[in-house]
Amino acid sequence: MILAAQSPGFLSPSGVEIAFLLVGLVTLGAAVVTVTTRQLVHAALWLVVTLGGLAVAYLLLTAEFIAWVQVLIYVGSVVVLLLFGLMLTKAPIGRSPDADSGNRPVALVVALAAAAALVWVVVDAFRTTWIDLDGPAQGSTKASGEILFRYWVLPFEALSVLLLAALVGAIVLSRKNTGEKEGPR
Amino acid sequence: MNDALDVALRLLVVFAVFLVLPLVVGQTEHKVMAHMQGRLGPMYAGGFHGWAQLVADGVKFAQKEDVVPANADRRVFQLAPAVALLPYLLVLVAIPIGPSEGAVGQVVDAGIFFVLAVMGVGVLGSLMAGWASANKFSLLGGLRTAAQLLAYELPMLLAAASVAMAAGTVSLPGILNAFEWWWLPWQIVGALVFFVAGLAELQRPPFDMPVADSEIIFGAYTEYTGLRFALFLLAEYAGIVVLCGLTTVLFLGGWHGPFGADGLGWVWTLLKTAVLAFLVIWLRVSYPRLREDQLQKLAWTTLVPLALAQIALTGIVKVAIQ
Repeated sequence: MILAAQSPGFLSPSGVEIAFLLVGLVTLGAAVVTVTTRQLVHAALWLVVTLGGLAVAYLLLTAEFIAWVQVLIYVGSVVVLLLFGLMLTKAPIGRSPDADSGNRPVALVVALAAAAALVWVVVDAFRTTWIDLDGPAQGSTKASGEILFRYWVLPFEALSVLLLAALVGAIVLSRKNTGEKEGPR
Repeated sequence: MNDALDVALRLLVVFAVFLVLPLVVGQTEHKVMAHMQGRLGPMYAGGFHGWAQLVADGVKFAQKEDVVPANADRRVFQLAPAVALLPYLLVLVAIPIGPSEGAVGQVVDAGIFFVLAVMGVGVLGSLMAGWASANKFSLLGGLRTAAQLLAYELPMLLAAASVAMAAGTVSLPGILNAFEWWWLPWQIVGALVFFVAGLAELQRPPFDMPVADSEIIFGAYTEYTGLRFALFLLAEYAGIVVLCGLTTVLFLGGWHGPFGADGLGWVWTLLKTAVLAFLVIWLRVSYPRLREDQLQKLAWTTLVPLALAQIALTGIVKVAIQ
C-alpha cells in the first residue's frame, strides 16, 4: 500500500488513470446488469458493452493488439454466436421468468471465488508495476508477438492443443447423435 | 493547438468522405444497373442525368413517419441502425489513401485487426434489428445474417493474415510501404477470397440470402421506415466503400501505380476502389442469389481451404526469398 502510494501515486492521478477508472466502473456496471437482467437478449447486448469496455481498458494500458483481438473474437464472434443461439430458441421480447435456474447462491459463490483468485493472482504478479505511457508502447503488436513466441511458446502451444481437443470433442459429440438416430432404421 | 486543429480537420475530411462516397456508389449503382438492363435509370431529379436522385430519396426518407412496431423492443430497435452504421465510419479513419504521412485519418498500429474487428461489430446492428422487430421474417433474416457472418469471417481473416505475413507487419501504411508489384500474382487467391468473403459479410448479391426479398421481404430491416431504414441502406453502401478500399490497400497496392506515385498516389487509390465498386455492382446485376446451403458450402469447402493454401504459399515464398 505504502509502496503503491509513492512516486506515480494515487493522490495526483493523470487523465489516463481517471479515464481507466471510469471505463472500469462502466465495465463493472455493464457486467452486473448482464447477470441480473431478466431479458435474455438484453443480457447478451450488455455483454457486448462489458467486453467492449474491457477492450478500451486494454487500449488505455497501451496493449493495442490485445484490445482489437478482444473486439474481433469476443464481440465479433462469440456474442454473434450467442445471439444466433438465442434467435434459434426464439428468445422472447420482454422478461423471461423461466430463465432463472435457481442456482443463484451457488453461482454467486463460484463467481466470488473466481474473482478473488483472479484479483489475488493479478495483484501478486504486478504489485506496483506502472506503465510508462510516454515511452515506446509496451503492448504494441511487435512487442506482444516477440514475448508470445519467444518466452511463452509452450503455454501458447499447450492452449492450441487444448482448443484442438475441444474441437475434436465437439465433432465426436455431434457425430454420435446422428449415428444413434440412424442405428434403429 | 495546432495538433488539435490537425486532428479535427482530419476527422472532418473522413466524415465528408463517409457522407459523399457511399452516395456516389449508390448513384453509380442506379445508372450502371439501368444501362446493363437496357434502360436509362433516374433522369429527372437535378436535371442532368438524374444526378440528384439520391438527394431526393434522402429528403423523402426524412419526411416519412418513424414507426416502431407495437410489440417491438423499442430501445434495441431504435439503436440498431446506429450500431450498423458507425463501425464503417470508424474503419474509414484507418484506411491510408496516399504515400505521405498525412494521407491517413489515424495511423493504427494493429491496423488489419482494427478494421476487421470493427467491421465485425457492424453486423450486431442487423442481429439487433432482426430480433427486436418482433417479426418472424426479421428473425429469419437475423438468423441468416449470423450464420453467414460466422461462415465468412474465418476466410476473410485468413486471407488478411496472408498479406500481413507477406509484409511482416499488421499496420495498413506499413503493408503499403512493403508492397511490390509481384505481390499481385503472389496474393491473387487471397485477394479473391477476401473480396468474396467481404461481399458475403455485406450481404450483397449474390450473397443476399439474409435480405432475400422474394422469401423474407427484407430480412432484418422489414419493419424499418424513414430515416432509420435510410441509415441501414447507407451502412450497406458505406460497407461497399470500406470493403473496396480495404481490398485495394491490402491486395492491389493502394497508392502504388505504374507512374506518378508521389503526387498522384491518392488518385490510384480512388481509381482502384472505384473499379472494385463497379465490380460489386456488376456482380449484383449478373449473378443469381446463392441458396443458404450453397452459401455455407462455398465458405467452408472452397474459401477456407483456398485461404489456407494461400497462407502456405505465402509462408513458402517468404522463407525462400529471405
